Amino acid sequence: MSIAALSPPAEARIERPGSLVLVLRYLRRNKGLALGVLILLGLTAFTVIGLLTINPKDAYPLSVAVKKPPSLKYPFGTDFFGRDLFSAMVVGMWQTAFIGFVAGGLGTLIGVVLGFIAAYFGRWTDAIIRTVCQILTPIPVLLIQVVIAGSLDKRDVTIVTMAMIVVLLAWMGPTLVIRAQVLTMKERQFVAVAKLSGVSDLGIIFKEILPCLLPFIAAAFVAQVFSAVFASFYLAVLGLGPLREPLLGNIIWAAQSQGAFFNGWWWWPIIPSVAMILILGSLALINMGLDELANPRVRRTE
Amino acid sequence: MTLKLVIRRLLFLVLVVWAASTIVFFIPRISSRNALRERFGELARTGGFSPQDLEKIIASMQQQFGLDQPLYHQYWTYLGNILRMDFGYSLYRYPSTVADLLAQSLPWTIGLLLVTTILSFIIGNLLGAVAAWPRAPNWLRGFATPFILLTGVPPVIMGILLLFFIGFRLKWLPLGGAYSVGVVPNFSFEFFLDLLQHQVLPALALIFGSVGGWVLSMRGMGVTIQGEDYVNFAEHKGLTGGRIFRDYYLRNAMLPQVTGLALALGTVVTSAIIVEGLFGLPGIGSMLNLAIRANDFPTIYGIVLFITIAVAVLMTAVEFLYPLLDPRVRHS
Repeated sequence: MSIAALSPPAEARIERPGSLVLVLRYLRRNKGLALGVLILLGLTAFTVIGLLTINPKDAYPLSVAVKKPPSLKYPFGTDFFGRDLFSAMVVGMWQTAFIGFVAGGLGTLIGVVLGFIAAYFGRWTDAIIRTVCQILTPIPVLLIQVVIAGSLDKRDVTIVTMAMIVVLLAWMGPTLVIRAQVLTMKERQFVAVAKLSGVSDLGIIFKEILPCLLPFIAAAFVAQVFSAVFASFYLAVLGLGPLREPLLGNIIWAAQSQGAFFNGWWWWPIIPSVAMILILGSLALINMGLDELANPRVRRTE
Repeated sequence: MTLKLVIRRLLFLVLVVWAASTIVFFIPRISSRNALRERFGELARTGGFSPQDLEKIIASMQQQFGLDQPLYHQYWTYLGNILRMDFGYSLYRYPSTVADLLAQSLPWTIGLLLVTTILSFIIGNLLGAVAAWPRAPNWLRGFATPFILLTGVPPVIMGILLLFFIGFRLKWLPLGGAYSVGVVPNFSFEFFLDLLQHQVLPALALIFGSVGGWVLSMRGMGVTIQGEDYVNFAEHKGLTGGRIFRDYYLRNAMLPQVTGLALALGTVVTSAIIVEGLFGLPGIGSMLNLAIRANDFPTIYGIVLFITIAVAVLMTAVEFLYPLLDPRVRHS
């Protein structure tokens, strides 16, 4: 180190590597994040290429031969109702991604807005938002979602309403996280300086605090996507999803109600289960990796 | 723990129960579905009475259940009923009350839940502590760390995988149900063994499905505690590794995990219910599955409310027990 510092810097022009190289280098250190991103990219490729090549109609009942085990023609087999499970996986994966992103995105957005309002304006606004969050948190959210989904008319249950049901009770987590972060951020000196130099409230929020919170918001977003996928999967497994759609949980529900294992149609529940493990596993890995990125304290002790 | 804190916790408990009851009361009333009309419409279609009678029957039923009263009146009666743990009648299995049905299936769920939660909590925390302990042998750490990957596998999917490998491929254990088909329940030892056999896979699904979370959080705690001064001090005193691990490291890392257990109770109970439904065990899970299939709304609402209240009460109980575990909280 000391020799490098003493040598004249004129000839050794140190170039900062491109941002892509830096990201790749970081991913080599953070193996969990790299693996998660890799699996997610693989799933995305599967879904995108699949959507371009398959006939989406095959993912719905009565379109192909029934109860065929995996073969060259049907790589994942077909089910009792005449759905090609390969097409069903492609469409189901897309629908899962849609629910995850819409519900996760909306949940995070509501959380960020409420968290900022609570922390920045304080006093009774903070008290109300915090108390509501704290009262709703111990309630098993999935069960309330069961009540909502069960009270809907079966024809009203679609992929979009599924996402909305999930959002309805999934903003408390990010609200509390963002609120806590803004509270610590508010006391920092650079915010005080900005305030003294006459920057408006909105200016401080958007120009000073928000950029510092981006890693936390990203982590909260991935966590929200994870729990949205999880919640919609559970609802579908209980038979509360849009029953016609090839959502992964729906396929498992259908397989279980037809006694797939008792009848020897093992591929029917196994294929969507493996797909779900890959989705949730990659999201969990990315979430842990982002945690490490957002909390340098954890990074140092590893 | 001061009296003031106890009162505050109890007040919070009441608020949680009130909020849950209110949500469950108003959602069905916003919805366009009418449970009574659907049920009796179904009965009318399968024969029995003419459509003109249908309206009369629904009207008299609504009067009997107080559904013709003004909303605030209904809400008031409803809150009173919740306090007395009266969740009304099951539509599908009328005249059984929801509380009766709950009492029948509750022992099954409690048995499964208690065993699996305790086992996965203990196993997960030990594995997590070992994964973060720098002095643990390498093979042990290499064994414990991969369990973190299980966080991405929900218990239901774990159940399907176990069903496939152990039940379907190896045929070691049954594929579902409470006991073998054709067996009449009795008090013999064989029947008890049969019963137990059917509980093994669901229990394993729940344990493996939730152990990952404990390993992950305990490893995080362990990493933090290693750097603490008292652990360094114990090492410099020359205490044995086992002693430091047990008394200095594990005991301190466990405390936040107990709070974690209280917070996770909702998820734990929900997972158990869904796994029960998957395996067709006679518990609250199967009861909920059946109620959803039969559009038996009072039963669905009753189950949801009962579990919400149970979880909230248990959480408060864990918080009250906490000072027994942590002397620092007790003395301050």
